[in-house]
Amino acid sequence: MAKMGPRLCVLAAFLVTMAACGGSNAPAAQTDVGITSNSISLGNTIAQSGPAAAYGTIAAAEQAYFTYINNTKGGVNGRKINFKILDDAYTPANAVTLTKQLVEQDQVFAMFSGLGTQTQTSVRDYLNTKKVPQLFVATGATTFMADYSSHPFTIGWQPPYQGEARIYAKDILANHPTAKIGVLYQNDDYGQDYLKGLTDGLGSSASLIVDKESYEVTSASTASQLATLKAKGADTLFLFTTPAFTIKSLVITTALHWEPTIYLNSVSNPQVYMGIAAKAGAALKNVTSVGYIKDPTDPQWANDSGMQLYKTVIANCTTCNVNDGFNIYGVAVAYTMVDVLTQAGSNMTRQNVMNIAGTQLNESNPFLLPGVNVKTTSSDHFPITQEQVIAWNGTGWTLKGSLIDERGTIK
Amino acid sequence: VSRIRSAPPRYWLVLVAVLFFIGLPTVVTSFQSSEWTQVLIFAIVIMGLNILVGYNGQISLGHGALMAVGAYTSAILIHRYHVDYLITIPIAGLLTGLVGFLLGIPALRLSALYLALATFALAVVTPSLIKRPAQFTGGVQGILIAPPDPPQFAKDAFGAVTGGPAMTSDQWLYYVSLVIALLLFWFAWNLVRNRPGRAMRAIRDREVAAAASGINIAGYKTLAFGISAFYAGIGGALYGLTSGFVSPDTFPLSLSFQLLVGTVIGGLASIAGPLVGGIFTFWLPILSNQFVASQPWIPAQVAAAFKNAGPAVTYGALLILIMIFAPNGVVGLVTAGYARLQARLRGAGDRGSGQMPSDAQTV
Repeated sequence: MAKMGPRLCVLAAFLVTMAACGGSNAPAAQTDVGITSNSISLGNTIAQSGPAAAYGTIAAAEQAYFTYINNTKGGVNGRKINFKILDDAYTPANAVTLTKQLVEQDQVFAMFSGLGTQTQTSVRDYLNTKKVPQLFVATGATTFMADYSSHPFTIGWQPPYQGEARIYAKDILANHPTAKIGVLYQNDDYGQDYLKGLTDGLGSSASLIVDKESYEVTSASTASQLATLKAKGADTLFLFTTPAFTIKSLVITTALHWEPTIYLNSVSNPQVYMGIAAKAGAALKNVTSVGYIKDPTDPQWANDSGMQLYKTVIANCTTCNVNDGFNIYGVAVAYTMVDVLTQAGSNMTRQNVMNIAGTQLNESNPFLLPGVNVKTTSSDHFPITQEQVIAWNGTGWTLKGSLIDERGTIK
Repeated sequence: VSRIRSAPPRYWLVLVAVLFFIGLPTVVTSFQSSEWTQVLIFAIVIMGLNILVGYNGQISLGHGALMAVGAYTSAILIHRYHVDYLITIPIAGLLTGLVGFLLGIPALRLSALYLALATFALAVVTPSLIKRPAQFTGGVQGILIAPPDPPQFAKDAFGAVTGGPAMTSDQWLYYVSLVIALLLFWFAWNLVRNRPGRAMRAIRDREVAAAASGINIAGYKTLAFGISAFYAGIGGALYGLTSGFVSPDTFPLSLSFQLLVGTVIGGLASIAGPLVGGIFTFWLPILSNQFVASQPWIPAQVAAAFKNAGPAVTYGALLILIMIFAPNGVVGLVTAGYARLQARLRGAGDRGSGQMPSDAQTV
């Protein structure tokens, strides 16, 4: 025992030291974490590496808008926006760790424009329990708008995928009532949401769908699915796909000597991708999609003040391609964020900012098509619901008809 | 008492490491505890992989998929059948162990490269397979698991030590993971020093000779796969609990690579190696992304290129360097360095008793 004594003492001393250090890490209670007299701290997780790395530019474009606001307007109500972006590589486990880091260690005021359905679902309960706003998530999954009552600290921004698909259904019923529809969709929440919207929108005419084929996001090609759709006699092809698969599918369709009427989802329609598909040999005849954001490559916006502002803003980002539709998306959603913070004024609490975003938005955003309103009320939490049918003219998209509003049709 | 005095230094190292891990959450924040929880979880999975790769000479590129089996077993039991989360952990381990055992049977017929491809296929198809019975697995939406509340005794003990704020769920899960990690490391330590461990190593070094000595080759090879999968299943269940969410994207292909690289970097066929491997597997992607971007002396263009390439580049470069300069991993490097230092201190005459580095092994 005499020999054990000193060793036990060392052990005890160690534990006492630990205990003494432990007392000092109590976080100071604050009502407005992340807000100082001259700064607002926002956090974001997005894929900057991995299979979905193409989305990463959105956060860079958002950063460019905040830089523009900080430099030209001195921030929002005298507070400069400090935006911290972390790479979650599109996996939920990373999103959880990084979001905790931003909330607990970096002490951000709110999470802004996190991207991906699974990644944002993985942190939604955590953020709502902590009452940290999860603002304007970059996913059209219906749950982020429809489940506001159970998750009052979460709000989406872009039009829900289901609403977009319902617009296609309307266009089919009005212009192609005898179409034989073949659907190619990505087998995840994204593709399935679109498919549900189309089926719901067609209603009693859902039998127009002659076949639907799915692919996994890990697959190499969609050739066999497209060949099956062609063999089933489809004359109208719906692509509920992500950009890389869209480009492949457009090329394969032409290679199969198949010339269906093509409906292309909005995520895949930026002109940059259409250009790549055309270069790779896609015919791009009779291609229809929808839009709600101004296309930076469309000459009709050349003298538009919103587009000129976008070009000024995006110059703050050295890695951003000015023609990439993802970048004007980023700038547009950052505009809404700044709008909300401006309205919050001196009452910069998380609760107040969330109330404004979730129930009091009414904004005409200069980067969206004329007439598209970003709007929420106490009973409606779908910020953007208006979209317009567009058709590919060989070099760009032509707007067709007028805005179609799906407000209230999706619950 | 004399046993304690004559204990080799590595025992003291173990004691220091255990005390470090016990004390850690009382000095760092709850968030930092949750980071170290993931280090421990990776260490558990890598320990299992190490038994398979390091001690038995078989290869697996599918351990991310085995983690998925464990995580989903636990999540489905908690979510659908309201089983206590602590009970789901061993169940997840046993079920995954069974899957691994079955996987070990075809593995008997495959040599290294083909086994790598077969397990690789497992890692590729698992995320897609999980989506199928959507009502059961939650499909692409995944399953949310509410963070568990720490039990009262833990809250009391933790509060008494720190005197600070109440114990969080993250801190409690840290201790759960730590206890499990200690148990599994102790088990591995005993396994490799006893009859099964010797048999596994004999198979790794020369299969024909092992068979000639009467070792049941098929039995031990499938056993190694089963035990390895058991570790992955336990790790997967803990991974799901700490993330609070499991979904197909939680277990991408890259996870399996990260685990194997972690095993090699830590050091094959060593007990301390997996802990070092766990630290690397967790911190390397974070450091390579956040650290490089935050260094003003690195040109913005280089930092951006680095960021776009992701942690894969760092992994690849590090793996090559380790294979060239330290084929026994970080632990092998340290052990060899220590042995050399000791030999020099004792002088040339006593060199024979100095610890010699073990033979180089390659994957």
